[in-house]
Amino acid sequence: MIVRARTFRPLSLAVVVIVVGIAACTAPGGDGATRTANVGSPTPAPEVYAVGREATAQEIAAWDLDVNPKGEGLPPGAGTVAEGAIVYAKTCASCHGPNGEGMPPNPKLVGRIPGDSFPFATDSKAAKTIGSYWPYATTLFDYIRRAMPPNALGSLSANDTYAVIAFLLSTNNVIPADAVMNAKTLPAVQMPSRNRFVRDNRTGGAGFK
Amino acid sequence: MDAEQRTSCNRNSSKDDSVQPPEPNDDAVPRTSDKSALSRRALLAGAATAAGGAAFAALPDLLTGQAATAPGAATMPQSTTAVAAAAAATDVIVVPEDPTRVLGLPTSAHSIRSPFENPSRVPVGLVSGSSRTPIHLLTGTITPNDLQFERHHGGVAIIDPGKYRLMVHGLVKRPTMFTLDDLKSLPAVTRMHFLECSGNGRAGYTGSKADTTAQQIDGLLSNAEWTGVPLKTILAEAGGVTTGAAWALAEGGDAALLSRSIPLDKLLDDAMIVYAQNGEAIRPSGGYPARLFLPGWEGNTNVKWLRRLELIREPNMSKDETSKYTDPLPNGTARQFSFEIDAKSTLTSPTYPARIARKGWVQLSGLAWSGRGKITAVDVSTDGGTSWVQAELQGTPQPKALVRFVSLWKWDGSPAVLMSRAHDESGYVQPSIEVFREGRGPGTDYHYNHIRAWNVDAQGQVTYGAAT
Repeated sequence: MIVRARTFRPLSLAVVVIVVGIAACTAPGGDGATRTANVGSPTPAPEVYAVGREATAQEIAAWDLDVNPKGEGLPPGAGTVAEGAIVYAKTCASCHGPNGEGMPPNPKLVGRIPGDSFPFATDSKAAKTIGSYWPYATTLFDYIRRAMPPNALGSLSANDTYAVIAFLLSTNNVIPADAVMNAKTLPAVQMPSRNRFVRDNRTGGAGFK
Repeated sequence: MDAEQRTSCNRNSSKDDSVQPPEPNDDAVPRTSDKSALSRRALLAGAATAAGGAAFAALPDLLTGQAATAPGAATMPQSTTAVAAAAAATDVIVVPEDPTRVLGLPTSAHSIRSPFENPSRVPVGLVSGSSRTPIHLLTGTITPNDLQFERHHGGVAIIDPGKYRLMVHGLVKRPTMFTLDDLKSLPAVTRMHFLECSGNGRAGYTGSKADTTAQQIDGLLSNAEWTGVPLKTILAEAGGVTTGAAWALAEGGDAALLSRSIPLDKLLDDAMIVYAQNGEAIRPSGGYPARLFLPGWEGNTNVKWLRRLELIREPNMSKDETSKYTDPLPNGTARQFSFEIDAKSTLTSPTYPARIARKGWVQLSGLAWSGRGKITAVDVSTDGGTSWVQAELQGTPQPKALVRFVSLWKWDGSPAVLMSRAHDESGYVQPSIEVFREGRGPGTDYHYNHIRAWNVDAQGQVTYGAAT
């Protein structure tokens, strides 16, 4: 048998009176009467449970390795295109090809589309390279530092990472061959497809978008 | 027992692909899974068949050696040690001709599937990649834990739960480090939700072939009862967010350190950090010991092996929210942060390689889901979308969860085209492939939620036909 009951929590300092309509299970008592079990907790819920401990500055520094488009998170260091060519040949070429042309299933890294058009929705063969698709240069540092090369994760120094990014951006004709990448220059790089990305604003409802 | 039954018991997934580098494109179309090879043990056990029973390999079993000498007569082990040893072994199981005349298997620590059943995922890639759920072999809506789909970018991380830490920092009042026990000590919630990779459906859209299975097309889809802590509880424990916090960078503790930017609104709505599914701890391939779970949102945002949440002002623009998981549109833009899974349905039976054996009643059955709430109706068509009839929804649809639909169809032996079409509570209707292709373009990527079609020929053979 199901009954509808109203449960009132006791008023305490921080707890607002909550009125909840609930369905409470009942069981027949020995005398045939109905006993109702109220849903709730024996003590009112606290605002916080004081679980966990404060993270130390050292712990945060050890894991907080992401880099955002403003360049926040970029470490000191610098690298040139020429230095990057050496790092690339040694570290990246075996999977991505000598010139970033890709080795399926490893993606092509280098290549622009004539006129920097953006035909990807109509042409599934169009290659999404750093030069043709990636909207932010800082993503290169963020991604390479966290996930490349997969056979020696974390092995690239900051200088090597800046250098290989300089090489990739130069090979994509995004920066000149004499450019130097560092914490100041990398966020300033304008990627060809920077303004192609729009945020999803759909909320459902009738009609296909 | 016949050879067909013996071959069905092979448990070794045939990894015949050449070794692939660790980050294949996620658009790799899986090979067909149905070509299981006979295992050596199954062949060795074949001798027992002639003696009166069918023998199956790769199962915990007690009957090794007895099959040849005493077919059909099992001997119970004399100690629990023997049971444990037998359960640990993967060897031969005998199916007696008359199970009422011999004792069955003893009690065991873990149950086994019947040797006649072998639903399997389809793995693609040897380190990173995906394994698809055999949706065409499952019933109801709950995906068994060992058949939940997996997708990862740096292999399956193996994490000691004692060493697991979740750090919440950035724009919070108190940067906080949580242990797994901390998370488990907080008030838990349990909810039913689907999980789907936004690349699901690619094999049915771009260059699709008639001999494609529902598993290959839509198997990056699972459904489970998830248990964990609401994210708003976690943020409260960190003292709450501070001025300017609008997003959080969620980062996994795997070799890819996969990261995604998640709007704060979602974290304060129905986001959870989950540590269990379907009653047990989540599995390593599902993010053990804890993952982010964002009901209704594309799988990649549900960051596995979650080790860090940094409250931030603007999205981080990580690799998987710029160069991947963005949806090119025909107007020369790409849609970014397309988190919600659009309403969708897919037929699971009958689908390729099934053949309808005879004229008469056929049960059409499939799954429907929406990232924007509940499914309100599913229509089915047997004439390629000319006419539709509403299917029966089994059970009460839950928000952002799979619901099964069924519809009985009397096949008259003539060619047919089977389709399903989902409606959700926002008023959205699953689009036809023509509408989808016009709106998104033939080369678009991710969120392929168009209506799927399955052709039935006069012989009853079912093949995939959505790309027609």
